[in-house]
Amino acid sequence: MALKLPIYLDYHATTPVDRRVLDEMLPYFTEDFGNAASRTHAFGWKADAAVNVARERVASMINAEKPEEIIFTSGATESDNLALKGIAEFYGDKGKHIITSRIEHKAILDSGKRLEKQGFEVTYLDVDKYGMVDPERVRAAIRPDTILCSIMLANNEVGTVQPIREIGAVCRANGVLFHTDAVQGIGRCEFDVQSMNVDLASITAHKMYGPKGVGALYVRRSKPRVRLVSQMDGGGHERGYRSGTLNVPGIVGFGKAAELVTTEWRAEAARVTTLRDRLHQKITSELDEVFVNGPWPAVDASGVVRRLPNNLNISFAYVEGESILMSLKNVSVSSGSACTSASLEPSYVLRALGVEEELAHTSIRFGLGRFTTEEEVDYAAKLTVDSIQRLRSMSPLYEMAKEGIDLKSIAWTAH
Amino acid sequence: MAYSDKVIDHYENPRNVGTLDKNDDTVGTGLVGAPACGDVMRLQIKVSDDGVIEDAKFKTFGCGSAIASSSLATEWIKGKTLEQAAEIKNETIAKELNLPPVKIHCSVLAEDAIKSAIDDFRKKQAVKREAKA
Repeated sequence: MALKLPIYLDYHATTPVDRRVLDEMLPYFTEDFGNAASRTHAFGWKADAAVNVARERVASMINAEKPEEIIFTSGATESDNLALKGIAEFYGDKGKHIITSRIEHKAILDSGKRLEKQGFEVTYLDVDKYGMVDPERVRAAIRPDTILCSIMLANNEVGTVQPIREIGAVCRANGVLFHTDAVQGIGRCEFDVQSMNVDLASITAHKMYGPKGVGALYVRRSKPRVRLVSQMDGGGHERGYRSGTLNVPGIVGFGKAAELVTTEWRAEAARVTTLRDRLHQKITSELDEVFVNGPWPAVDASGVVRRLPNNLNISFAYVEGESILMSLKNVSVSSGSACTSASLEPSYVLRALGVEEELAHTSIRFGLGRFTTEEEVDYAAKLTVDSIQRLRSMSPLYEMAKEGIDLKSIAWTAH
Repeated sequence: MAYSDKVIDHYENPRNVGTLDKNDDTVGTGLVGAPACGDVMRLQIKVSDDGVIEDAKFKTFGCGSAIASSSLATEWIKGKTLEQAAEIKNETIAKELNLPPVKIHCSVLAEDAIKSAIDDFRKKQAVKREAKA
């Protein structure tokens, strides 16, 4: 089969809708278009029934106890906002302290900043050089007035899979609610709200082969019963937690995508891991001075997966990231996350891992996925190697480093 | 980010990539920028006895616009006198390459690189004159 260009290797940014998902969605745009809140006719009943099937599928994917624990939203940004602000508003009288990490998604960090302006105190935990949050640091940060801890399941830039089970246990033992932004990890790594003691979880459909514009917040209903204040006023949909007419076709697609994840994720993770490792091997065997950012090897000595199977984030010393992107014109990748790539600042995630600014400027994120093929990986690897070699032949830094000049000894003219 | 055709052309077919002997006293070397800021340009000129730039080479660590700015700079200064080369302004480079506002600093860096190479050459000449005197 001929290779189709350009090749998409940016599955952390978004994923295509799976054909099986789309097929299930289509009737809900035209024939079964009813408003799920219409109680007086068959159109409404049918839409409502479809939403309930989806709710069960999403609940089952994360091992939630009841479907009612799933609140549909417009996506993970809304879910993150609802979790942090909704919890803060409800439990604000009990305490005003929240714990999170420095490498969370902007939806968490900026919600935290907003809450700080409203009198809350937020602790942003440091991570180690692999991007890992130490559960002991969570424990040490907990105070009598701590109401919530929010730590992502897996990082969108460097793929670090957090010790959610351990952090969940610490939070539960200390009576602190635990939220996780599970967006990047769903369908790629183990996730179970029961065994991991997760109280709230943000999910989005478009990172798991569902449509854009639909997501969910899981809110535990018992042991403990989690309460929050809605952040959207209106018709009282989603048991009052999130007003607004339900996006029925989107929710149906989300449900189908969740069902596929439940049955297929393990096999898919194994296949994608093999492809990612092939990409890594092909790049590192041909180039010197390349550094993987985030946990490597991806599986630790005790067999625990510490990195998303589809993620490879590499710094190519002495060549600047944007020029690499320009060179990889038939391979769609990114430097840093798409949400911040409009800025020229190096990624805050890499900086939090302690990656020096010099190297942070040279990083590329490869994100593989369900439809990535071996041929595509081989093409991307060869193009990457050729591009880096060409750009290094034009790099004064590479030449100086090869001459044995210590680049740190030079008085650079910062600008 | 969409690049102009001229930036893409210079990026894909850079003019005058290379290295001149920095110890040659007819060569001036300008090294500007910083790795931590994401761009470093090295621009070198070889100057004839009558003060004309007869060759220019560059190497750049930076984005496509930085590579294009330095490539264009070497193209423009070749055959010019030092005085003429020193008059090249970043605005002219930015305009020629249609650089967007966030990339103007690339053209500033190219102007600095030209000036820095000329300064280096003049310093070398002064040292040579002093040695003779």
